[in-house]
Amino acid sequence: MTMPEPAYETKEICSVTRLLMSPSRQNSVPALPSALLLPKNYSVLSAFCTEQNVNQCTSYINQEMGSLGLCGLSVELCDGGEGLEAVSALNLMYELLQVNRRSQRALEEMENLHLRSTSDLEHLQHGHTRLKDQLEYIRRENSGLHEGERQLQLKIKTLQSCLKSEKEEVQKLQSIISSRATQYNHDAKRKERECTKLKERLNQLLVDKRDKKLVIEVSNTIGRSDGKRGLWKTGKAEARHEGEMYTALLTDYEARQRSLMVENAELKKVLQQMKKDMMSILSPKKPVAKGAVPEDSLEQVDADAEEEEEEEVCESSRESLEQSCEQAREQLTNSIRLQWRRLKNHMERLDSQASLAASQERERDGEELISRRVHEEELQRLRLELQQCRDFVQAQQQLLQQQLSSPCDEETAALLNDCYTLEEKERLKEEWRLFEEQKRNFEKERKSFTDAAIRLGHERKAFEDDRATWMKNQFLNMTPFVDRKRPAKSASTSASSLGAEPEAKVISTPAPLTKSHSYTAFNTPKAPISSRTPSTADLYRTLRLLPDNSCTRGSGKRGSRLDSSSVHSSGEHSTAKSRQRPPDSSLRSHAKDFHSPT
Amino acid sequence: MNFSEVFKQTNQLCRVSPDGKYLATCVQYRLVIRDVNTLQILQLYTCLDQVVHMEWSSDSLFILCAMYKRGLVQVWSLEQPDWHCKIDEGSIGLLSSRWSPDGRHILNTTEFHLRVTVWSLCNKSVSYIKYPKACQKGMDFSTDGRYMALAERRDCKDYISVFVCNDWHLLRHFETETQDLAGVEWSPNGCVLAVWDTCLEYKVLLYSLDGRLLSTYSAYEWSLGIKSIAWSPSSQFLAIGSYDEKVRILNHITWKKIVEFEHPATINNTKAVVYREVEKRLTIASDDLSLQQLSMGSSVFNSQSKYEICQLPVQVPTVQPDTDRANPKVGISSLSFSADNRYLATKNDNMPTCVWVWDMQRVGLQAVLEQASVVRCFVWDPRRPRLAVCTANSKLYLWSPAGCVSVRVPVEGCFQVLSLLWHCSGDSLILIGKDQLCLCYMETEQES
Repeated sequence: MTMPEPAYETKEICSVTRLLMSPSRQNSVPALPSALLLPKNYSVLSAFCTEQNVNQCTSYINQEMGSLGLCGLSVELCDGGEGLEAVSALNLMYELLQVNRRSQRALEEMENLHLRSTSDLEHLQHGHTRLKDQLEYIRRENSGLHEGERQLQLKIKTLQSCLKSEKEEVQKLQSIISSRATQYNHDAKRKERECTKLKERLNQLLVDKRDKKLVIEVSNTIGRSDGKRGLWKTGKAEARHEGEMYTALLTDYEARQRSLMVENAELKKVLQQMKKDMMSILSPKKPVAKGAVPEDSLEQVDADAEEEEEEEVCESSRESLEQSCEQAREQLTNSIRLQWRRLKNHMERLDSQASLAASQERERDGEELISRRVHEEELQRLRLELQQCRDFVQAQQQLLQQQLSSPCDEETAALLNDCYTLEEKERLKEEWRLFEEQKRNFEKERKSFTDAAIRLGHERKAFEDDRATWMKNQFLNMTPFVDRKRPAKSASTSASSLGAEPEAKVISTPAPLTKSHSYTAFNTPKAPISSRTPSTADLYRTLRLLPDNSCTRGSGKRGSRLDSSSVHSSGEHSTAKSRQRPPDSSLRSHAKDFHSPT
Repeated sequence: MNFSEVFKQTNQLCRVSPDGKYLATCVQYRLVIRDVNTLQILQLYTCLDQVVHMEWSSDSLFILCAMYKRGLVQVWSLEQPDWHCKIDEGSIGLLSSRWSPDGRHILNTTEFHLRVTVWSLCNKSVSYIKYPKACQKGMDFSTDGRYMALAERRDCKDYISVFVCNDWHLLRHFETETQDLAGVEWSPNGCVLAVWDTCLEYKVLLYSLDGRLLSTYSAYEWSLGIKSIAWSPSSQFLAIGSYDEKVRILNHITWKKIVEFEHPATINNTKAVVYREVEKRLTIASDDLSLQQLSMGSSVFNSQSKYEICQLPVQVPTVQPDTDRANPKVGISSLSFSADNRYLATKNDNMPTCVWVWDMQRVGLQAVLEQASVVRCFVWDPRRPRLAVCTANSKLYLWSPAGCVSVRVPVEGCFQVLSLLWHCSGDSLILIGKDQLCLCYMETEQES
C-alpha cells in the first residue's frame, strides 16, 4: 500500500529524464537478457559488471533505476569511458539504500501486519469454530425440543383420543345404566305384578279351598278389654271414628297452641321487661343530654316527638297486649323497632358526645356531678395539657437559643438579622455622629487648652521675668517705686486665678480621661511652647502689662470677655450635659426596642 | 346393685308384663311365668312346639306364643290357667304375630306378606287386610293404641292405610310419594306419621293423622339414605340416622332440621367426655393359655374393667365397611331418646365399639362410651336418664350424666349379656344371655 506513493513522486520528478532514457531503454531491452545471462555465462567471474560491459551495465542500471522510479538519477560514465562518475553513482546508491531501507521498513510493517492479521485470523477462526460448535449444539437442542414437542403432541393426541373414547364409554355406560334401570324398573314392576297376581291367586285358592286348618280354637270368648260390646260397622260408627280422629287432632293442635301461647306470653313478658328497661335507661338521660348539648335541640325535638309517638304506641301496645291480635303484634314489633332505633341513635350520640364535647360537658356539670372517673379523666387530661405546654415552652426556648447562637441558619433568621444590623448600624451612625461632635468639641477645647497652656507658659515666663526684674529691682536698690509693684503682683495672681478658672471649667466638660491629661499638662509646663510662640508671649506681655494703665482697658476687656466665655462655657457645659443625656437615653431605648420584640 | 340367680331361657324369649308384675320366659316349648319380685314360678304352660315369639297383651292378662314354623299361635291366660286359645294359620304359613293394642285381637302376617289376618278373641271373627308391604317396619300402632298404620303395596305404588284399632275400620287410605317405602312410625302423641323411603333415597314424609302431607325432608341425593328413625317421647324431635354417619334432628313445628350430629373418628369436642373401657386381663402364661382357657374359660370373661376419661382429642376405632356388599356396616343403625327427652343415644355401625350420647338441651355431644368390644345393645331406663349397655361379655355398663360404671355380673360360668330389658319401673334390669337370664336390681333412691 505504501509502496506506490514514493514511486509516483519519483515518476513526476523524473518525467523529463525518462524522455532521455527512453532510447537507451530500447537499446537495453535486447541487451538485458544478455546482461542477465552474463553471470550465468561467465560463471567463473560471477560478476554483473565486467570491464567489457560497463556501458551496457550502466544503461541497464539506468533503465532499472528508471523502472524503479529513480529517473532523476543515473549512473554516468566518465568522459573517458572507464570509471563511473562518483557523485551520480553515490547518489544512486544512496537513493537505492533509501529505497531499500524503506522497503525493508515496509516489509517489517507488512510482516507485523501479517502477524497481526494471522493472529486475528486465528482468533476469528477460533471464534468461528466455537460459534459453529454452538450452532451445532443449538441445532441439536432445537431438534431435540422439536422431537419432544412432537412426542408430546402425539401424547396429547393419544390422550385426547383416549378421553374421547372414555367419554364415549361413559356415555355408553350411562346409556346402559339408564336402559338397565328402565329395564330393571320394568322387570321389577312386571315381577311385582306377577307377584300380586300370584298372591291374588293364592288368596283365591285359599278362600276356595276353605282351608280346614285355618281355625281359631278358643275355650271361651273373652270380653273386650274396655268391657263394651263390639259394635256394628255402620255409617254412624264411621262418622264417630272421623269425629274421634278430628277431636284427637284438635286436642293435639290445641295442646300445641297452648304451649305456643305460653311460650309467646313468656316471650312477650321478656319483651315488655326489655322495653321497660330500655325506656328507663333512655328517659332519664334525655334531660342531661338536652342540657349538655343545646346545639342539637332540633334533633332533640325530633327525638321528643318520636318518644311521644313511641309512648303512645307502646301504651297502645300494652293495652292491646292482652288482645294479642295481628295489629297489636305489629304495633309491638314496631314499637320495639322504634325503641331499638332510638337506643341505637342515643348510643351513637352518646358516643359522639363523649368523644367531642367531653370537656365542655365536664366543665358544665363539673360542680354538680363529677363522677370519680370523669374527675380522674379530667385530671389526666389537664396533666397532659400541662405537659404539652411545658414542652411547647421548652421548644420555644430551644428555638430561641438556636436563633441567637446561629442566626444565619434560616432565611427568616437572616432577614431578622438584617433588620437588627440595620438598626444597629443606624444606632452606630448616631453614636458616630455624637462621637464626632464630641471629638470636635474636644478638639476645640484642646486647642483652647493648648492656647491656655501656652499662655500660662508665657505668663510664667513673664512672671519669672517679672520676678527676676523685680528681684533685680529690689536687689539693686531700694527704689522709690516699691509701692507701684504691689498692685501689679496682686493683679498677676488674680489674672492667674482668672486664667485657671476657665481652664478648670473647660476641662470639666470632657471625659475624666482628658481631665487627667489636662492635669498632667497643667502640672508639667511646656518649656518649648514659650519660645515657640512669641505672638502669645507678646499677648502675655500685654497681659502682664495689666497693671499698666495703658493696658488695663484692654486687659479688663479681655478679662470680661474671658469671664463671659467662662460663663458661656459653663452654660454650654450644662447644655452639653443635657444634650449628652438624650442620646444615651435613646440608646437605652434602642436597646429596649431591640430586646422587646423578641 | 344386686343380681338374681340365673334362669334358663331360649331364643332370648323373656318379657316383663306391661304392669310390671310378671316375668315370662320361654324354655323350649314351656312358658314360665314368674313373679318379678320373688321370682317364684306362678304359672307354667306347655306349648305345642318350641316358641319363637312371645308377647304380653297390653292388659298383662294374656300371653301369645307363636310357633312360626308350624303356623301356630297359642294364647294363655294368666288369670284362667285353664283357658287357652290356639290359632292355626294353616297352609299359608305364618311370618309374624302380634297383639293388637286392645289385647283382644291378634294380627298375623302370613307368608309372602300375602295378607294380615286379624283374629278376635272376643267373637272368634277373622278379617283380612290384603297387600301388606314387606318392609323394615310396615305396621305401627299409635301409642294410645287407637290407630294402626299399615304400609301397603298395590300396582307398584305405596299406600298407607290407617285403621281404627277399635273395630278395624279403615279410617284413611292414601298413596305416598315414595319410591319404595321402608317404614312407618307414629309420633308418640299419635298425630303425625313419619314415613321413610328405602335406603336408596333419603326421604322422610310426615303425614297428619287425617292423611295430609305435612312436610317432606331430604338431606341429600344419590347416596344411601336413611338407616334408622326415632321420635323423641315428647314428639318434639324426630331423629334420623343415615348412612352418611350423621343424625339429623327435625323439629315438630316447621319440620326443618335443627341440628346435625356428626360422628367423627376424631373427637375434639371439648364439651364431650370420652369414657374408654380399659380391661385388666389376668396375665396368663402363653404356654398354658389354651389349657387355662379350656379349664376355666370364664376367667377370660371375668377380667376386671374400668372406665378412664380420655384426654381430647380422641381417635375412635373405626371399621372399614365393605361397600360392595348390600347393607354395608356404616351409618347410624340405632338411636333412642331417653325417657325425659334430654338425651339421645346413637350407634354408628362403622364405630361398633362406641355409644354416643347427645344432649338435646345443649344440642351437642355429651359423652362417648368407647367399649373394649362391640356394643350389642343399649337401652334407656324408662324412668331416669340412665343408659344400660352390653357388649356380649359378662359385664353390664351403665351411663348417667354423673358418670359411667362397669359392673361385672357375678355369675358362675360363662354368661354373655347379649340383650337388655328394663323393668318398667326402672328399678331392675333383665340381662339376657344366650340361653340364660339374670335380673339386676338397681339401688333404689331410698337405699342410696
